[in-house]
Amino acid sequence: MSESVSLRMLPPAGLLGRLRRAGTDTGSLRLVERHARAYRRVWLVFISGVFEPLFYLLSVGLGLGVLVGKVPGPGGQPIPYREFVAPGLLAVSSMNGAMFDSTFNVFFRLKYAKLYDAVLATPMRPAQVALGEIGWALLRGTIYAIAFMLVMLALDLVHSPWAVLDVPVAVLIGFAFAAIGMTGTTYMKSWQDFDYVILASMPLFLFSATFYPLSVYPRPVQVVIECTPLYQGVVLLRDLTVGVVGPDLLWRAAYLAALGVAGLYASGRRIGKLLLV
Amino acid sequence: MAALSRGDYPPGPPRLPPGGLPPGDPPALGGLRSPQTPLTVRAFRCWLTVYRRIWRSSIWSSVLGPVCYLGALGFGLGTLIDRHSPASLGGVSYLAFVAPAILASGAMNTATAEASFPVFGSIKWNRIYIGAQASPLRPADIFRGHLMFMLMRLAMNCAFVVLVMWAFGAVESAWVVLAWPAAVLTGLAFAAPVAAWAVTVKVETSFAYMFRFAVMPLMLFSGTFFPLSQLPAGLRALAYATPLWHGVALCRAFSLGTAAQDPAGMLGHAAYLAVLAAAGIWAGARTYRRRLYV
Repeated sequence: MSESVSLRMLPPAGLLGRLRRAGTDTGSLRLVERHARAYRRVWLVFISGVFEPLFYLLSVGLGLGVLVGKVPGPGGQPIPYREFVAPGLLAVSSMNGAMFDSTFNVFFRLKYAKLYDAVLATPMRPAQVALGEIGWALLRGTIYAIAFMLVMLALDLVHSPWAVLDVPVAVLIGFAFAAIGMTGTTYMKSWQDFDYVILASMPLFLFSATFYPLSVYPRPVQVVIECTPLYQGVVLLRDLTVGVVGPDLLWRAAYLAALGVAGLYASGRRIGKLLLV
Repeated sequence: MAALSRGDYPPGPPRLPPGGLPPGDPPALGGLRSPQTPLTVRAFRCWLTVYRRIWRSSIWSSVLGPVCYLGALGFGLGTLIDRHSPASLGGVSYLAFVAPAILASGAMNTATAEASFPVFGSIKWNRIYIGAQASPLRPADIFRGHLMFMLMRLAMNCAFVVLVMWAFGAVESAWVVLAWPAAVLTGLAFAAPVAAWAVTVKVETSFAYMFRFAVMPLMLFSGTFFPLSQLPAGLRALAYATPLWHGVALCRAFSLGTAAQDPAGMLGHAAYLAVLAAAGIWAGARTYRRRLYV
């Protein structure tokens, strides 16, 4: 008894130790389970999230696609606008879902529901809270990504077998943004600070080559946009969906994964700082 | 701990001369603070006090939103559309076509955001309404006061968007000054009914459904980003019946300067929106009364 207590009191042994411990024990799964149980009461909200990208795809298919015609795709060959924009919308919906889960919901649980105060009174540790929250966001994101892929298949927007990788890539985008969003949330003081979340996500949503090719911009703007995580995600998904695959996709994915791991580490530390006084 | 000396304490109130009386109450305040101001205006004042603390962050999102949308859709997407199908929009650029729609749908977004969670939260979370209910304010005053604040936010945001449109060269006619009140009216046609409904809501997930199944489809399919003529006939008839389409049509006619060609149509759009706003104002006084008098 006293031994296990003293072990728990040991200072964390660096990033790797933390991650290994968070990865091997199942504490963070308890948080995922808690959210799954809580969401059973509002499952319709959960399901209705599928409709949002569906509406966007329909409006592009019915309206904008006709106005825009064909645009240059990943390999330079012209593709119909709806095939161009669908992977972009998948990336955006992964980002928005993850950001929403890890900012608004986490803030509510942190400040009002006092969920983490209760969780940290159990043997769970801050890093597990961070991992559990992000894990939940990813589980949700996976379901939405699969639904989105089914809609794309039904609308005949997928023409390459590489597109099976779209779902894991969408989850990777969600991972990066959930981890960053969660770190940001720990610095927030009031709901008014959430205007800054929108301030960050809206330009990303509109300008990351989601709705039109990057070539529309002058070169300096292109460089700035190439540095943003959403652009990397959009390129990944678009290349996979169209089937123009090169080695550059690996470092784009590595960039997103690095962002996610950094955010995971930072958010675990911040939650510990905020709640373990 | 060392004992505090006399000089460590903060000075108390000034001493009165022997037999003196404290000064009387300060003279009555003028303007919004006067006790003679109507109760509705005093309920509005409460929201102004709150807003004085949070306006900075809200300004950012209300200015940057339209700038981003106009930049991305008007210029980015616009270059593609103007190149591919220049004649499809009746001879105007996509920027000029989409800008008034961004104005009107932005008004809808501001209105639904201000009339949903803040109203619900004033009962459930920060209980501003419950506090106001303990004052001489009546439920109808609380409702109209909050609605005045929403109107103020709408007027501010729409003015910003009109200025941004003008700065981006998305305005074709001086009639655009009338697009401002038209957009505010569009917003009011959403704010009043939504607030009247929001006060009766018991669980906040209802708002998730409203945004997902009403606000977002309206924004996408009300002739905002593409002309309604592209929709199939059944959907088109549905779109003509929605309030946002009337708001978009009104703002677009003023911004493109085509309003004078169809004055009866303009009056029809405005009347539709005005009736919706009036119905919301009428209903709100009743739903607030039912919810707040226990």
